[in-house]
Amino acid sequence: MAADIKAPPFRTFADAPQPLLPGAMAASKPYVANDKMQQAIGFPGALADDWQPKALARMGELLGKYRSLKVYMDSCVHCGACADKCHYFIGTQDPLNMPVARQDLMRSVYRRHFTVAGKLFPKLVGARELTRDVLDQWYTYYNQCSECRRCSVFCPYGIDTAEITMAAKEIMDSVGYGQKYSNEIIGKVHRIGNNLGLPGPALADTLAGLEEDVKEETGADVRFPLDEKGAEVLLVTPSADFFAEPHVDSLIGYAKVFHAAGIRWTLSSRASEAGNFGLFIGSYEQLQKIALRIREAALELGVKRIVVGECGHAWRVAYSMWNTLAGIGAGGSDSFAKALQSQLDARYKQPMHICELTWDLIERGALTLDKEANDHRVVTFHDSCNVARASRMGDAPGGQFEIPRAIIRAVANKYVEMRPGTTREATFCCGGGGGLLTDELLDLRVKGALPRMEALSEVANRDGVNFMATICAICKAQFTKVLPYYGFKMGMVGGVHQLVSTAIRLGAKE
Amino acid sequence: MTAATFVYALLFYAAVAVFAGGLAHRIFVYARVPAPLKIPTTPAPTTQGGVALRLLREVVLFESLFKSNLWTWACGWLFHAGLALVLMRHLRYFVEPVWGWVAFLQPFGVYGGFAMAAGLAGLWVRRFAVARVRFISTPSDHLMLALLLAIAVSGLTMKFVAHTDVVAVKAFFLGLMVADWQPLPADAVLYLHLALVALLMLIFPFSKLLHAPGVFFSPTRNQADDPRETRHLSAWAARLEPRD
Repeated sequence: MAADIKAPPFRTFADAPQPLLPGAMAASKPYVANDKMQQAIGFPGALADDWQPKALARMGELLGKYRSLKVYMDSCVHCGACADKCHYFIGTQDPLNMPVARQDLMRSVYRRHFTVAGKLFPKLVGARELTRDVLDQWYTYYNQCSECRRCSVFCPYGIDTAEITMAAKEIMDSVGYGQKYSNEIIGKVHRIGNNLGLPGPALADTLAGLEEDVKEETGADVRFPLDEKGAEVLLVTPSADFFAEPHVDSLIGYAKVFHAAGIRWTLSSRASEAGNFGLFIGSYEQLQKIALRIREAALELGVKRIVVGECGHAWRVAYSMWNTLAGIGAGGSDSFAKALQSQLDARYKQPMHICELTWDLIERGALTLDKEANDHRVVTFHDSCNVARASRMGDAPGGQFEIPRAIIRAVANKYVEMRPGTTREATFCCGGGGGLLTDELLDLRVKGALPRMEALSEVANRDGVNFMATICAICKAQFTKVLPYYGFKMGMVGGVHQLVSTAIRLGAKE
Repeated sequence: MTAATFVYALLFYAAVAVFAGGLAHRIFVYARVPAPLKIPTTPAPTTQGGVALRLLREVVLFESLFKSNLWTWACGWLFHAGLALVLMRHLRYFVEPVWGWVAFLQPFGVYGGFAMAAGLAGLWVRRFAVARVRFISTPSDHLMLALLLAIAVSGLTMKFVAHTDVVAVKAFFLGLMVADWQPLPADAVLYLHLALVALLMLIFPFSKLLHAPGVFFSPTRNQADDPRETRHLSAWAARLEPRD
């Protein structure tokens, strides 16, 4: 733990207004991407003299390409419904972390340069020139938004700050002012195949090691196949699952599920990453380029189904956007979509979340589960923001809440819910999403975790909860790092399939 | 014909033209700008019928605001519901004979006027009393509330304090609609009321009042949650697809 970073104290009354601390987070900003990282993904290397007209031109272009941005720039009435809903505002009390204030950093520029009122009466409507100071403020505060969409739940017009943050990041990237963490990772995905930069041979070694570990633990020959043509299922999972703790325990869980159900599956070295940081930087081109790797891997391996592992934003991109970006889904009548859809098995949802697959097997009685094996755990479930507010599982709205919980109840005896208002559609972000999971932002990440830590501490004290299950690689990494600042053990967080892995009995069904 | 009649007749022609033209242009722009990706805030309805219901709840009940903050919801809803009643009550100035339901609504419209003023006052108090809301308020936010409150108060004044000749007012507006100008009663409160209403119509298409059409075009609210079943592709996104 960094000595100079402290967790804020828990609030006595979560609903009482907090005092504002203007400028509290003005010094928090991530490292700027260097020219190599920028140019590797098609952006200018650094800010040039003519950045301002270029940024405004890009902004005008985005206003014509994204209805969300255009409508949201016009529609806000400053009612304040969103103001106290952001975990970063709650944790930092910096008023520029109120979603409406964050939006206004761009809205003020929109008014000045793109509206009659702002051109005629800038002071009256709070319009500002896009100066270097304003751009720096964008860099500071748009990199304090995890694009979790909690504000959009409460806005009477559905204004989603994530859309505005993404646009701001795209404008900044287009003038050479990108963020190192996200842009470096996108470069790695294209160059090596995954966010963590794990090359194919190293991945093969890791998977072979896992086979040995599981054999030792269970006696069963659970396989972790890579690049196997003719497999039924292509599993696309966040690369953290290959070696990070506690992520790898969920990967073992998926493998055991496939093994127990007799489903032939494979990973792909070409698409060894479910994460898609193109979402975080708001770049449609990057989103699509990264998504097309999955399409190519599926075509190359001839699989019938595409299943996605435990990763929040990846599931958002897969569920909500893959059909648009890469034709993975149904209903496309164009040749591009049809080429893939004729190969995939239309009896299954495409793509499918690993939780949908596992729950379907549990419902059909295809898995042998020993719930008592999890009796040392008192479990709660942290809804990951992108799964909760930007995707679905199953057939009915809200399946993204019910299915993971149903799995947990099927594999563990002791399950407790956190306080209403902190779960399901109102869940709090872990504090590390949206491309902010980088060490130089640790102070922000610790503070942003405050509302989740408060809710966790309630159930830990009252019900003895000692395991917070989640289905997102970023949540797992963020909590592992941040839990100790709040006096919890880092091992308290883990995956839903980690619980499945503990409970599942391999071998012939009794 | 008095000078006031002449000025107000022209003012209302201009206000209606700017209001209708400006709003139509905005709606045209919102409709034309594509939404390239599926971004409904979930859980979301899976069908278009469900989406229509979600929007209806949003527009009639302010569902999301209710989830957020009871005070803001109560004041906001009171103001908008009051305004809706008042607008319906005012239809009697524009149709002859007056429709039955408009006649029926007349007494409720008066309550609407009070509800409107009370809601606006509550919303304005929030702008001073709540630190968060004070921080985000611009001068135009205050002026907008002042304008709406002045419209409500001047209207109520004519109803309860200083009556104006409503028969003549009706003749004026009916005349405007068929280009047969009738004199507007010389009444200071009426002049003020009408001038403020015209001002509101003039700034509507250039201000935050665009939240009214905006809510219908908000992709987080108006999209169905069916991305795995239906391929959603905008024209510019389709052009980026790799060709075989």
